[in-house]
Amino acid sequence: MSSIVTVKNMCLWYGEHQALKDVNINIPEKSITAFIGPSGCGKSTFLKSLNRMNDLIPSVKITGDVKYNGKNIFESSVDVNELRREIGMVFQKPNPFPMSIYDNVAYGPRTHGVKSKAKLDDIVEQSLKDAAIWEEVKDRLKKNALGLSGGQQQRLCIARALAVKPAVLLMDEPTSALDPISTSKIEELTIKLKENYTIIMVTHNMQQAVRISDQTAFFLLGELVEYGNTETLFSTPKDKRTEDYITGRFG
Amino acid sequence: MRSRFDEQLAILNKEMIEMGALCEEIISKVLKALTDEDKDFLNGISTAGAEIDRKERTIETLCLKLLLQQQPVAKDLRQISSALKMITDMERIGDQAEDIAEIIPFVENRPEMADTLLHEMAKASIKMVTDSVDAFVEHDVELAKKVVSDDDIVDKYFDLIKQEIIREIISNPKDGECSIDLLMIAKYFERIGDHATNIAEWVVFSVTGIHKEG
Repeated sequence: MSSIVTVKNMCLWYGEHQALKDVNINIPEKSITAFIGPSGCGKSTFLKSLNRMNDLIPSVKITGDVKYNGKNIFESSVDVNELRREIGMVFQKPNPFPMSIYDNVAYGPRTHGVKSKAKLDDIVEQSLKDAAIWEEVKDRLKKNALGLSGGQQQRLCIARALAVKPAVLLMDEPTSALDPISTSKIEELTIKLKENYTIIMVTHNMQQAVRISDQTAFFLLGELVEYGNTETLFSTPKDKRTEDYITGRFG
Repeated sequence: MRSRFDEQLAILNKEMIEMGALCEEIISKVLKALTDEDKDFLNGISTAGAEIDRKERTIETLCLKLLLQQQPVAKDLRQISSALKMITDMERIGDQAEDIAEIIPFVENRPEMADTLLHEMAKASIKMVTDSVDAFVEHDVELAKKVVSDDDIVDKYFDLIKQEIIREIISNPKDGECSIDLLMIAKYFERIGDHATNIAEWVVFSVTGIHKEG
């Protein structure tokens, strides 16, 4: 499996504070990669760096290479909007726009210039189907998205992210605000999505990482301590710090 | 941070040690019955066997509870899954000791040569069981590996006894039944050696994460 994201010697500072230390990682395409680690270990910071969401924070300084499909994402020639179209993001708390279900999903394609009603209809239907929520909302597409349940809102947000045809989906604890049934639906959906997308997910739920991810990366104090096959990492971790964290001896 | 889980794992360890000790006890009794022709030793064997079965249930229940409650990973997962595998072998050791005990009254007139070899074989297989339990208690990978290699010694004894029994049947066909019973005892000790080997292999897995098959 070839790598879609390759990171070499990446460091990140928030002002004087170094949040990421010399991170090296290759993320294979069309698979699920989980980032785990205690709060403040840098995993979310790292996730957000992959589509330059950290650009929005003024004091951030980044060194090293982050390549998406072989191209450094920090090069001046990179169109950040295009990068974020290619590398979409789903957040911890479902954040639908206060508009209709249809408009939520059509929002991205519209901003990228799609005007044809027929084409938008197709994109909305396909995206909602891909996010496994079509059956639940097909009869109320014009209703406000805020009327959906939390789990449905999160799947709508996934549909919204899929509507602009990304290659990579970054997910920052996408199920931490959801009940077990909604969580299970998102997990099933994620496994299905990896047929066509690369999923990179931050999770505090280690059993979730075990259940759905192919690779797991363990971060601690800004350092990528261990990265490898999920089953191997959770059954025979190489680093004692990984062992101590996953077995609940600290963190 | 996780004191309750650590306490539960300590209980699991204690139960495993006790089950191991019961296995050592039952085969020692069998050896004594075989050596001393003291039938009193045979009386305690079925009680010890039942005790081993009860211990297996207790440990099984504890392991399932730990899997459910703690969702263990890494070393914890290996310790619990190994325990579940090991108790099956320990229980089989108990069964085979009982099987031997049932046959002992029928091999009283056994030939001396086969008897000597059988004692040596029994001692070697009992040592394997003791060492495999010690290896588990001490997390001693080297001792566990020694148990695995010691299985060859027990297998060799089995071959020697088999040859001896063939000779005995040829020279003294009227005592054929006793000879066959002796062969069965030897086979049970050989199987006990195999179970000790399995236990030792799970000890290696529990400590290192590497099992010989995989």
